[in-house]
Amino acid sequence: MGQIEWAMWANEQALATGLILLTGGIVGVAGQFKDWQFAAYGIAAGVFICLLEYPRGKRKNKGTSIERMGQRYLTICVKAFGPLTRNYFVRAGLHAVLSIPGGFMLPTVLGCVCVAIASLIYLLAAIRGEQWEPIMPQVESKQRPGESMKEPPSNPPPRLPAELRRKRQEDAAYVNPIPISVNSV
Amino acid sequence: MGNWVVNEGLSILVILVWLGINIFLFVYYYIVYLDERFYYTRVLIGDALSWARAPAACLNFNCMLILLPVCRNLLSFLRGSCQCCSRNITRQLDRNITFHKLVAYMIAFHTAIHIIAHLFNFERFMDAQLEQNETIAYVLSQIGNGDNMLYLNPIRTNETNPTFVAFTTIAGLSGVASTLALILIITSSMEVIRRSYFEVFWFTHHLFVIFFIGLVIHGVGEIVRGQTASSVLTNKPSNCAAQYKDWGNVPDCPIPQFTGNPPMTWKWVIGPMVLYVFERLVRFWRSKQKVVITKVVTHPSKTLELQMKKKGFKMEVGQYVNLQCPSVSQLEWHPFTLTSAPEEDHFSVHIRIVGDWTQQLFEACGGEKKEFQEAWKLPKMAVDGPFGTASEDVFRYEVVMLVGAGIGVTPFASVLKSVWYRYFNNDTGLIPKKIYFYWLCRETNAFEWFADLLQSLETQMLERGNADFLSYRIYLTGWDEAQAAHFTVHHEEENDPITGLKQKTLYGRPNWENEFKTIAGNHPGARIGVFLCGPEVLAKSLSKQSINHSDADPRGVHFIFNKENF
Repeated sequence: MGQIEWAMWANEQALATGLILLTGGIVGVAGQFKDWQFAAYGIAAGVFICLLEYPRGKRKNKGTSIERMGQRYLTICVKAFGPLTRNYFVRAGLHAVLSIPGGFMLPTVLGCVCVAIASLIYLLAAIRGEQWEPIMPQVESKQRPGESMKEPPSNPPPRLPAELRRKRQEDAAYVNPIPISVNSV
Repeated sequence: MGNWVVNEGLSILVILVWLGINIFLFVYYYIVYLDERFYYTRVLIGDALSWARAPAACLNFNCMLILLPVCRNLLSFLRGSCQCCSRNITRQLDRNITFHKLVAYMIAFHTAIHIIAHLFNFERFMDAQLEQNETIAYVLSQIGNGDNMLYLNPIRTNETNPTFVAFTTIAGLSGVASTLALILIITSSMEVIRRSYFEVFWFTHHLFVIFFIGLVIHGVGEIVRGQTASSVLTNKPSNCAAQYKDWGNVPDCPIPQFTGNPPMTWKWVIGPMVLYVFERLVRFWRSKQKVVITKVVTHPSKTLELQMKKKGFKMEVGQYVNLQCPSVSQLEWHPFTLTSAPEEDHFSVHIRIVGDWTQQLFEACGGEKKEFQEAWKLPKMAVDGPFGTASEDVFRYEVVMLVGAGIGVTPFASVLKSVWYRYFNNDTGLIPKKIYFYWLCRETNAFEWFADLLQSLETQMLERGNADFLSYRIYLTGWDEAQAAHFTVHHEEENDPITGLKQKTLYGRPNWENEFKTIAGNHPGARIGVFLCGPEVLAKSLSKQSINHSDADPRGVHFIFNKENF
């Protein structure tokens, strides 16, 4: 499995987890469960993880990286944290820490386990040396004329053989009084 | 002017019936738990009981369905025996993966509702157990303290918390395990992961085994409790609920007795599980049959052709096989379209090198080496299949439009070769009278291995004087300045500078509106099969065109769109 970028899967997993934590948190708070404070934490952590994981990173190996809809603005935010967001060891640690408070209450426990799994996959990605690179818009390079077009042409353009080049008598707008031959200029 | 019903009608009907059954099950089981038997249960947890049980019923139904569309061999068998059936019905079997995904989404949706409802249930059961005052909830929770079988509240002590209970009951633990498996399956099945890192998708998907095991044992603990039938007669909730403090002391209202629902899920899923086990056994048995590589050809643009022989192998045009190469990977099977015709004595696949497995296969087959390879050095292969896809139907239409984009031309290679053989053998059973073939390609290298085939077809048709039978167009969709200059200079020549064919290469994308219009004009009143193997965007475009150019009148021209997908 040499060419797999584990970070791509970790990213999908973490994004799903953010939603799960958020949902669990909302249930805990709206239902006024005991220990609802952990549910409130779940909401905050869920939103944070969603925002962090929404922008997809650029793929190292293969050609095109597919952006999620509207991820441009979040990419800029996430990029601004520099090495904290670029390094996957940091992300793995961050997710591991984020998962712990979720384990104290039933609605968030699923989110807790899922974040822990995402953290493990990120750890694997980090061990294999992957990094988060932002997908930036391509700058359109100006169309430059080629090197050879700096000087006026020195050779005549390619032409069809002479017999095809000669105008047909019927098509001529007027008839030349002096017949034209190949060697005339 | 469009006949949408012709193209999409039956699929829409299937989806509507499926949704209808889901809605029916949801509402029906919601109402079941409003019954008197569950009155006391609802005193403790309210409507959350129904909200948990209704999606559970839908989950039973959908988990039953999810295994069926992926029983490839079963579907092939059905397709084969459906030769006499209308084309419409067999076409539904092509959309099996789409259906599988829809059912999967539904499972995820119902799982979410089920879990949220149970979160409330656990919390409320816990609240009832923690009651200090003598409320009805307290009394109900105390029932069965001595004798463990007649209790109502599955949380039996007030010195615990919902999380602990979730992880120590069979239902809770199996639920968490199944849900985790489901989440991992879904995140690894996202399009990005599936298309780029097939192995992650394939291996993680096998967590479905854990999912199904968890599903089947989920109800064993029987923690959904209701009054026993006999108890309802003696302690009628409508009479006795208010007198909860006197239960057992008053002759009218003895202490109610409760029992759990026996597990039901296994009854739903046992059938498909058995079928699926059968399916895997068939795949395994087929894969053990001996396969010999007879020829390996490396083509430009990183394409590898493998010609193989297997005893008793029978194929139809455009089918695909799953290949395994044990020396590359013991566990991985990958699908490839067959590029040979049924009339040939071998079968072949063209494999494009895009990932680890294909790269290693290339090296194992000696792709890197220039000199001749001994036959015994070639790796052993296992083949499962062939499996039927839409191309089989090509020969059922009088007029066909074949559209292949890039590597998607492979099923049509098989079709065209078969056409060539039948032409050669003067096969009178050849139904198609006219074939329109469109090949869209980004780069010129990809032409070379296919150009030979088209060249021989071209000569063949010229000799027979039936040059009109096959009309093909090749579109070069990505080209740059240097290539354009080259074309301009060679414009007047008789053969195309890229392919060497008489038919010139066209540039850019085809104008489908015009193409469909022209073809509809040429063949009024005909049923025209449109076959595509290519990207989703193109499928949408062609599907729309097919619908738009089909006559509302049943006697008019009809375009029937068929799509391949992997």
